[in-house]
Amino acid sequence: MIQPMAHIGRPELRTMPGAAPAKFQVDSLSFFYGKTQALKDITFQIPEKRITAIIGPSGCGKTTLLRVFNRMYDLVPDARAKGSVVLDGEDILTTTKLLLLRQKVGMVFQRPSPFPMSIRDNVAFAPRLLGWKSTKISEIVQQSLERAALWDEVSDRLDAPATSLSGGQQQRLVIARCLAVSPDVILMDEPCSALDPVATLKIEDLMVQLAHDYTIVIVTHNMQQAARVSDFTAFMLMNTDHRYGELIEFAPTADLFNQPQDSRTEAYITGRFG
Amino acid sequence: MRRSVAASVDKVAGPPAAFPKPPDRYRTFTALVSWAAPASLILIVAVLILQARPAITRFGLNFLIGTEWNPVTLNFGALPAIFGTVVTSAIAIAIALPVGIAVAVVLAEPGARGIRAAMGIGIELLAAIPSVVYGIWALYVLAPWALLHLEIPITEHLGFIGFLSGPPGQSSLFTASLVLAIMILPTLTAVSRDVIRAVPRGLRESTVALGATWWETVWHVILPAARAGIFGATILAVGRALAETIAVTMVIGNRFEIPHSIFSPAYTLASVIANEFNEATGDIYPAALVELGLVLILVTLTVNVVALLLVRSAQARVTI
Repeated sequence: MIQPMAHIGRPELRTMPGAAPAKFQVDSLSFFYGKTQALKDITFQIPEKRITAIIGPSGCGKTTLLRVFNRMYDLVPDARAKGSVVLDGEDILTTTKLLLLRQKVGMVFQRPSPFPMSIRDNVAFAPRLLGWKSTKISEIVQQSLERAALWDEVSDRLDAPATSLSGGQQQRLVIARCLAVSPDVILMDEPCSALDPVATLKIEDLMVQLAHDYTIVIVTHNMQQAARVSDFTAFMLMNTDHRYGELIEFAPTADLFNQPQDSRTEAYITGRFG
Repeated sequence: MRRSVAASVDKVAGPPAAFPKPPDRYRTFTALVSWAAPASLILIVAVLILQARPAITRFGLNFLIGTEWNPVTLNFGALPAIFGTVVTSAIAIAIALPVGIAVAVVLAEPGARGIRAAMGIGIELLAAIPSVVYGIWALYVLAPWALLHLEIPITEHLGFIGFLSGPPGQSSLFTASLVLAIMILPTLTAVSRDVIRAVPRGLRESTVALGATWWETVWHVILPAARAGIFGATILAVGRALAETIAVTMVIGNRFEIPHSIFSPAYTLASVIANEFNEATGDIYPAALVELGLVLILVTLTVNVVALLLVRSAQARVTI
C-alpha cells in the first residue's frame, strides 16, 4: 500500500539517528494520569533539525508523549512523568524554568487557535510579554510571518482580526506566533487534521522549509503525511494487556515504511489495523 | 472569476425556490407563544401609561428633573430617586464585578476540580436567599459592620473628597450598594464562570505553550475571549440591581433628596413605590408613583440599549 518513498521529502537526511546530534534524549519515560499509566518505558532520541513523526492508532499516547516535551501536561491535574527527557543537557521533567522551556519549545495544536486580536498582535504576543522593544517587535512580526509563508497574504492587513483568516492561514499564523520567540523546537499535534488538502500541502512544505533551522516533532494519524514530510518516524501502540502506550519502533522514515523490523509496525503501515 | 461562474450557474438553474410552508398547528402555536413575551411587555407599559396619565399630563417632562416629592402640595419630581437607583447600582457593580470575575476565573481553572463543586453551590445558593432576608441581615449585621469598618475610616481619611465626606450613617446609599453587590454576585459569578469555561481549551493551551504565565494567560487571552459573555453577565446583574426593592428599602434611609455624599441616606425608584403605594390616595399621588415605575422601566431599558451598543463597539475593536 505504501510506495517506496526514497524520492520524497529529504532522502539525503534519512540516515540513522546517530548521524544528527540528539535534541531530546528520552530515557525510560513513563507517564501517568492519576493512577492510569499512559506511557511505559519510552526510550529514543529526537535528532536536531530534522522532522520526527510520531504515528500510531488513536489512544496509543502520541499526544501525551508530545506534551511531555514542553511540559504541557502541567495543566492537567494529577499528571506526572517518570524517567528523564534531556534537552540541551537539562532534564525537562525536573526543570523549574518552565517559561524558558516553553519559549524554547513551541507548540502548534490540532485546531488553529488564533487569539481574539489582530494578526499583528497575535505574532507580537509573546515578544511583548517578554518586554522586547517595539521597534524590534515589528521587525520580528514581519520575519516570523515571512518564515511561516504568510507575509505575502497578510502584509496589507496586519490589523485585521486573526479570526478573519482561513483555517490554513490561521494555522500558519499560529506557526508564525511560535517562531516569534525564536524557539529551537516546534511540536505539532496533528496540525493539518482540521485543514483541506491544499492547506495541508502548504503546511507540509513549510515544515520541510523550517526543518533547516528548527527541530520539528509532529504527531499525525496520517501515515502518508509522515511518509511525505518526516525524516524519522516513531511508531507507537497501546499495549492491549495493560492499556499503556509503548514505542514499538523508531527508525529513519524510509526504513520504517519500507523494511519495518517489527511485525506490528508492518501490520499498521499496511493498514491491517488502526 | 469565481463570481462569473456563480452567475452563469444562476442563469441556468434560476434562484432556488422557497420551500412551501404547509399549514402547521405546531408552528402557529409556537409563534403565538413566542409573541406573548413582547406583547406582555407592551401591555404592561400601556397599562402603566394609562394609570400614570394624571401625573404625566400635570408634570410633563418636569417629572424627570424635579427634585421635590411632596404629597401635601401634590408636587412630584423623580430626579433624586433616579439618581439613587442609578448610583446604587453603579457602586454595586463596581464592587461586585472584580470579585465576581476573580472567583469565576478560579472556579473555571482546570485544576480547581476539587473546590469547583463546593464553591459553585455556595455561590449559587446566595441567589436563593430571599431579598427580604438580605434586608434584615443588612440592617442588623452588615450596616453596623460597614459603619465601623468602612464608613468611619473612609470619611476620616478621605472625607476631603466631596462624595466620600461625612457624617457616616448606618442607613445610606453606600450600605444599600453593598447589599446589592452581594445580591448580584451569584449571577455575575455563575454566568462568568460558565463563559470562561467555554473559552476553547486550545486558546489557554496555546498561550501557556508560548511561555506565558498563568496571570498573563488569564489577563491577555482568557478574559478578552470571554469579554462579550462577561458583559452579558454584567447586564443581567445590573438589571437585578436596578429593580431590587425590599432589601434596598430597608437600608437606604429613604430620604428623598440627592445626597452630597454616598454615606448619606437616599431613595430609589423601586423603594419609593414600595414604601408609599399603600398610603397614596387621591388622583395625582398614585399616578405619580406609577409614573416612577415607568421611569424605572425606562432606566432599565436605557441601560440595556447602551450596553448592547457598547458590546457591538467592543466587538468591532480588536486589540489586546
